[in-house]
Amino acid sequence: MVSQEGSRPSVQVPVPRVEREALRPPSQEEAVIEVRGLSAWYGSFRAVKDVDLIVPRRRITAIIGPSGSGKSTFIRCLNRMHELVPGARVEGQVLFEGQDIYAPGVDAVEVRSRIGMVFQKPNPFPKSVFENVAFGLRINGYSGNLREAVERSLRAAALWDEVKDKLGQNALRLSGGQQQRLCIARAIAVEPEVVLMDEPCSALDPIATLKIEDLMRELSQRYTIVIVTHNMQQAARVSDYTAVLMMDEDRAGYLVEFGPTREVFTNPRDPRTEAYITGRIG
Amino acid sequence: MTTTALRTAEWRRRLLRRHVLAAAAAMLLRLAAAAGIAALVLLLVVVARDGLDRLSWDFITSYPSRIATRAGIRSALLGSLWVVGLTGLLAVPVGIGAAIYLEEFAPRNWLTRLIETNINNLAGVPSIVYGLLGLALFVRAMDLGRTVLAGALTLSLVVLPIVIVSAREGLRAVPYSIREASLALGATPWQTVWHQVLPAALGPMMTGVILALSRAIGETAPLITVGALLFVPFDPRGPMDSFTVLPIQIFNWISRPQPAFHQAAAAGIIVLLAVLLGMNAVAIALRYWSERRRQW
Repeated sequence: MVSQEGSRPSVQVPVPRVEREALRPPSQEEAVIEVRGLSAWYGSFRAVKDVDLIVPRRRITAIIGPSGSGKSTFIRCLNRMHELVPGARVEGQVLFEGQDIYAPGVDAVEVRSRIGMVFQKPNPFPKSVFENVAFGLRINGYSGNLREAVERSLRAAALWDEVKDKLGQNALRLSGGQQQRLCIARAIAVEPEVVLMDEPCSALDPIATLKIEDLMRELSQRYTIVIVTHNMQQAARVSDYTAVLMMDEDRAGYLVEFGPTREVFTNPRDPRTEAYITGRIG
Repeated sequence: MTTTALRTAEWRRRLLRRHVLAAAAAMLLRLAAAAGIAALVLLLVVVARDGLDRLSWDFITSYPSRIATRAGIRSALLGSLWVVGLTGLLAVPVGIGAAIYLEEFAPRNWLTRLIETNINNLAGVPSIVYGLLGLALFVRAMDLGRTVLAGALTLSLVVLPIVIVSAREGLRAVPYSIREASLALGATPWQTVWHQVLPAALGPMMTGVILALSRAIGETAPLITVGALLFVPFDPRGPMDSFTVLPIQIFNWISRPQPAFHQAAAAGIIVLLAVLLGMNAVAIALRYWSERRRQW
């Protein structure tokens, strides 16, 4: 069946920088977001079932799993984007800095400005590069120097040198990789505490993908990042912690394993994880 | 030629028949398309033959007259512009507002579906029915009298469903990912609509609005019902003035026995068609301009 003696995971795990090496699952003290018993529905279909997870501060947490295992649905529950789908609902708790974002009276708009999101397909606004980044600042009533703030965000997203001479150009004329970095710049311009990335490289070529991965490592010095990816190599390359979701017989996604990325890939505790990362599931 | 189990001699005979059928179908479709264009060309030729000589700057700037050779279209043209302009001011904000509500804010429930179905049905109601409603509601109950305002309110009812339906189509053409991007930055639903969705939808929306207004400029029946005058020897200067419009003036001239008035009617038709084609040209220009900007 799944677990065979002597079979080794096929994914190469790079040796992490020593100071970041995570040896055990994150503790509650490290949590920016703590997910408790989270289930998500589309109408009567349950897409995510009873997930518990700790998202540690200034670390990259990857969520991997086969297609349909609820990865995207799960990550959209973390900044209240899931509920925008008609008929969608959520049960359980998502504690963000100790406060349940689904408690009555919590403002979804505030949650989304503090927990940003980058989407699967680059989705810049059909406006200028400058306006794309400035928009979030404007709507939040930013009173400082808009130009400086835009430049700062574009530099942080490693895009400044490529676009500094065409800030007035329509963002849709940038390449796919540039568009996605613009979306990252746009997300971090509003100074979020967490950046959620839903398969941010799935529409990009390998070189653009590597640039985004480098950028994620860079950003994780300041931001907490959660990335959904169907690319196991990417999770292994980029993340500190990895959560594995799988689909049960009702097609609901549930958490199979969560721990330091190295542990999950080299020494998975669950035979289903091992089967998945060696390519026998999914 | 090789013969296989499928490609037999019989297959080859059928192949010929299939080609004949295809050619015949293409010919019929070409005829169908030509019929529409032929009708338009015929109309233009007949109208131009009768009216072109009569068309002059004097014709456009003169008031109607009992003397056919002196009659002009001035008050009807101004009346049409007043009524359609006011109709636009009334119907466009309300129609676009309704479209935004239905598309962006309304909960997906039976009530919303009921409203949507009704709007689609209203778009098909004959305009004379709106004329009767306008007569009862605006002219009598609200006591507006037979004024430009009463006419514009009535025409607003006629075109409102068209404005709503086309504005919704414009909104629907904006990809959902744009809304997601905006909401994920902490924009409120209203900020998302105002700053991102509306600007992106504006081109197709304005196209629909102009087509709706070009329908309004050709409407006759509801305005006769609310009491547009047949003979207006003065300029309408405000919403509370009496008025006539181009199609009514044309109708008036056509119903006279004198051939000279029929010429005036043909010239009037040319003016009306020019206004209509002008509006459609603006609509096409807007569509072209917005499609060039939109690249998703």
